[in-house]
Amino acid sequence: MFKNKLTLTGIIIVGILMIVATLAPFIATHNPEDINLQEALLSPSSEHILGTDQLGRDVFSRMVYGARISLSIGFIAVGIAVLIGIILGSIAGYYGGKTDTLIMRFVDIMLCFPSFFLILAVIAITEPGISNIMIIIGLTSWMGTARLIRAEVLTLKQREFVEASKVSGGSDFWILTRHLIPNGIGPVLVSATLGIAAAILVESSLSFLGLGVQPPTPSWGNILAGGKATLGVAWWLSVFPGLAILITVLGYNLLGEGIREYFRHR
Amino acid sequence: MINYIFKRLIGLVPTLLGITIITFTVIHLAPGKPTDLQTQLNPKVSLQARERMEKLYGLDKPLHIQYINWIKKLIKFDFGRSFIDDRKVSTKIKERIPITLGINILSMLLILGIAVPIGVASAIKEGSLFDRSATVFVFIGFATPTFWLALLLMSYFGVRLGWLPISGIRSLEFEYFSLLQKILDISWHLILPVFVSSFGALAGISRYMRTNMISVLGKDYIRTAKAKGLTETQVYYKHALKNAMLPIITILGLSIPGLIGGSVIFETIFAIPGMGRLFFTSVMARDYPVIMGILTIGAVLTLVGNLLADIAYSYIDPRIRYK
Repeated sequence: MFKNKLTLTGIIIVGILMIVATLAPFIATHNPEDINLQEALLSPSSEHILGTDQLGRDVFSRMVYGARISLSIGFIAVGIAVLIGIILGSIAGYYGGKTDTLIMRFVDIMLCFPSFFLILAVIAITEPGISNIMIIIGLTSWMGTARLIRAEVLTLKQREFVEASKVSGGSDFWILTRHLIPNGIGPVLVSATLGIAAAILVESSLSFLGLGVQPPTPSWGNILAGGKATLGVAWWLSVFPGLAILITVLGYNLLGEGIREYFRHR
Repeated sequence: MINYIFKRLIGLVPTLLGITIITFTVIHLAPGKPTDLQTQLNPKVSLQARERMEKLYGLDKPLHIQYINWIKKLIKFDFGRSFIDDRKVSTKIKERIPITLGINILSMLLILGIAVPIGVASAIKEGSLFDRSATVFVFIGFATPTFWLALLLMSYFGVRLGWLPISGIRSLEFEYFSLLQKILDISWHLILPVFVSSFGALAGISRYMRTNMISVLGKDYIRTAKAKGLTETQVYYKHALKNAMLPIITILGLSIPGLIGGSVIFETIFAIPGMGRLFFTSVMARDYPVIMGILTIGAVLTLVGNLLADIAYSYIDPRIRYK
């Protein structure tokens, strides 16, 4: 029962976030990029629910649009990671032998790198920006998915229905995409949900360090980075975006755990 | 045992090679040249000077030759010289590593000291109020952005209350302190960084400990132990805990890259002169030799950590060695 409550909390949080992100222009009370120096660093009031930043921009509106950025980075980064993971993992599991050794060795090597180091290094060379961040996070976080799908394919490929498909002339591609991957997708779904949370955390850390989403585009991380300098005078600039990240990550983690439970009991 | 260690060491060679290939590829296949920042952005640098510079760093040679030259030096622990201050990269890293490793080891001890008891208590009282509050705490801990936590703690305990120092690892008067004062001074400075760096993993490991303990408590030998009349303490702490602790060794090994990667964030926030901060400043300055050096070292540290974890595991559980 307690677990169900946690999952429900996760679903509600994720649901609300999706709505906020989709309907951002209708929910935001101000234009998130409107600068008004006369209204800089105002504390929360009825006009500016969450106050204003050092350039007088409305923090609430910036956070609403920030939700869009954070969620899309999370989704696309994880999409890239899952795609790479599924392709490499299923090939490794299905063909076995040298192909398997080679791919899994590559996975082991990638896992050795502290991924945050790798991400920072690549960003140093390319330019920081939304699309680069998505790609880089995706390229450095597919290894878990590859391992999961490989394990699933390894057990599934010995089952009768796969044999049957092979005997009736199904090609490798057919068997992989129609039988093995769909049947082994459960654990991937869990890790993808948790991955969205992780990607949002990475993005906000990068933006906080000034290497992520670049202002004036709002992101929770870069609002926080702005709040760092004014923490003593404008607590709302650091407290609210941080809470937003916490709640979002919490929501996706709870949802992920819920999906895990669902597959366990099925 | 020696056989096992030897086999593992041999197995490391291809992985090490792979680490160097990825590091090299990441830096060299990206658009732009490492010398761009010094040359393109500076109009005073002539084409000749630029070519001279590329020659100096060997950038005029084909990629595979560059890689082989880099590897040849790497074997001698020569990572080249920093673009910024022309000091040896290996020296720069050597100065910083003890600080980062020290903080990470302290964090791990803290994680073990707090996460294991929480996990065990949750498992023994599964479903109780304590277990449920611990679960909620774990989820919140997981979700808390480290840099945010660091910022809030810093502003509250450091600025508002003035109880804890907010930057660096030693006071200005450090030189004049006695040994005891020095130790106290450093520990004083490390309280916030160590707490922040262990916070995230704390949640994960206590959760993991709980799951392990619950599964061990359901095993036949625990029922046997209970049935033969052992006290609860004996069953829990002698039979169950030891077995549930085993996989934690592996998890600790696996959490090394995360801890090292996280050091960038807390070292930058707390102005700690460790490897993470060096990496960050090098990234900002595009100091490629240092970036490559730290990437390689970071991966090798992970590799060594995992190896140590595996060896420890196989020492405790002989079944692993003969698999």
